[in-house]
Amino acid sequence: MAAHAGELSPAAVRIAGLGRRFGDRAVLQDIDLDIAPGQFVALLGHSGSGKSTLLRAVAGLDHDVAGEGDLEVPARISVVFQDSRLLPWKRVLDNVLFGTRGPAAAARGRAALDEVGLAGRERAWPRELSGGEQQRVALARALVWEPDLLLADEPFGALDALTRIRMHALLRRLCDRHRPAVLLVTHDVDEAVVLADRVLVLRDGSFGADCGIDLPHPRSYHDPRVAEHRARLLDALGVHG
Amino acid sequence: MADIADITSAAPTAVPAPVVPLTTGARPASAAPTVPRRRAGRARRLGPGRRIPYGRLLGPALVVALWAGLSAAGRLDARVIPPPGDVLSTARELWAQGSLGADIATSASRAAWGFVLGLALGVALAVPAGLSRVGEAVIDGTAQLQRSIPSLGLIPLFILWLGIGESFKVGIIALGVFFPIYLNLHGALVGIDHRYVELAETLGVSRWGFVRHVVLPGSLPGFFVGLRLAATASWLSLVVLEQINATSGLGYRMFQAQNYGQTEIIFVCLAVYGLLGFTSDALVRLVERRALSWRRTLAS
Repeated sequence: MAAHAGELSPAAVRIAGLGRRFGDRAVLQDIDLDIAPGQFVALLGHSGSGKSTLLRAVAGLDHDVAGEGDLEVPARISVVFQDSRLLPWKRVLDNVLFGTRGPAAAARGRAALDEVGLAGRERAWPRELSGGEQQRVALARALVWEPDLLLADEPFGALDALTRIRMHALLRRLCDRHRPAVLLVTHDVDEAVVLADRVLVLRDGSFGADCGIDLPHPRSYHDPRVAEHRARLLDALGVHG
Repeated sequence: MADIADITSAAPTAVPAPVVPLTTGARPASAAPTVPRRRAGRARRLGPGRRIPYGRLLGPALVVALWAGLSAAGRLDARVIPPPGDVLSTARELWAQGSLGADIATSASRAAWGFVLGLALGVALAVPAGLSRVGEAVIDGTAQLQRSIPSLGLIPLFILWLGIGESFKVGIIALGVFFPIYLNLHGALVGIDHRYVELAETLGVSRWGFVRHVVLPGSLPGFFVGLRLAATASWLSLVVLEQINATSGLGYRMFQAQNYGQTEIIFVCLAVYGLLGFTSDALVRLVERRALSWRRTLAS
């Protein structure tokens, strides 16, 4: 599969010949992927297609998984999980600052909370927030590190449809401002088309499609060009409506 | 449909059984059920109901009232169960003599020393056993083995080792306190959610930072369960110890009262034990509420 990233710019992520196996089952096979700095890549696939495995490999979270291949990733990576994964015994701001050091971080943490629309909730307990708010805190926690690569594993999968749409807009705004490279794992075709510059479809452990989406933001779910991409991607996923 | 409408519109006397509620379409407008009005703040239908103010004191108060009533009616032999008034005046007398205060001080200090020692030992062993593989291999196996020996069974051995003075009593109490602390804290430390480990890894948190910010606060709920059990355990051991080998303290006073047939003194001492146990439990719960304020849930 031809790398969509321009050969001239240095890649933020470079994956070559990546394979991962669980027992005898090959989950990823010979994956090659370059992600350019600032590029927003969505990774689509059915459950069990290996998309989370790929994300975890890039995040360096797959210690006990057998496999091979080369991975070049930036030093500063942030991960957003499907669950907000906030520490319930830390207040919101302390959750955002978890792992950071120094007084400068506190200011950055407040700014990040402000950016996700949670200014004034610094002293709240995670338990007091709604699901969407908790996930916004998780986004703020990711942003505090000013990452060169943002990894998101179905970050909106547990949210209701209305909250999800608002979160799409927020994520896109944040990414436009901070310009990290993004790898977003999702099974939601609309989410992928509306958000990403480039959509990859993972089928049976390798890429079944690599689709650039060159539409201006913000994108409407009803834009006929969005519908066109959606149809093409559904086709690539083997879903025929 | 038409049949039913016909029947319902007919005079009720013509129909032996009421058929009206059968279908909604045929129901006359006047029979429409009135919607019950909902008040805000009403009690949950399937919940236990509203909280009764000082409800927990209601049961004990009833028992005391029953006791006083039966005594006054002469239905209780005063040598077996003295009336509450007698118990109260005995308590006042003992307090005025100073012997009750001295007994309480002796007993409470034994329990407190044992508690502090057991707590320190439990934490000191549970933390390395819960955080490192070496600690787990060395400490946890031994502790689990020892657990199968009841701490009160070690009394003869402790008397031989430490003599019959205060140190053996404190030692036995400490051992009784140690196990609930150790077991619960160790379990909580080992049971930290794996997802938090992943999170800390992605954030580049150091091992010490992980222990300080995730493992220790995350294990506090389990620790407090152990602490409450330990408070109870310390009083339990104390009661047994003071009745076997003591020359002072509440248990010794009870033992003597038994010899002289002074039932009301036994009652006074039992009540004091109860009060001490209740107070210590309330104290632990107070600390727990403070420390775990993030956990405050619907129950409070």
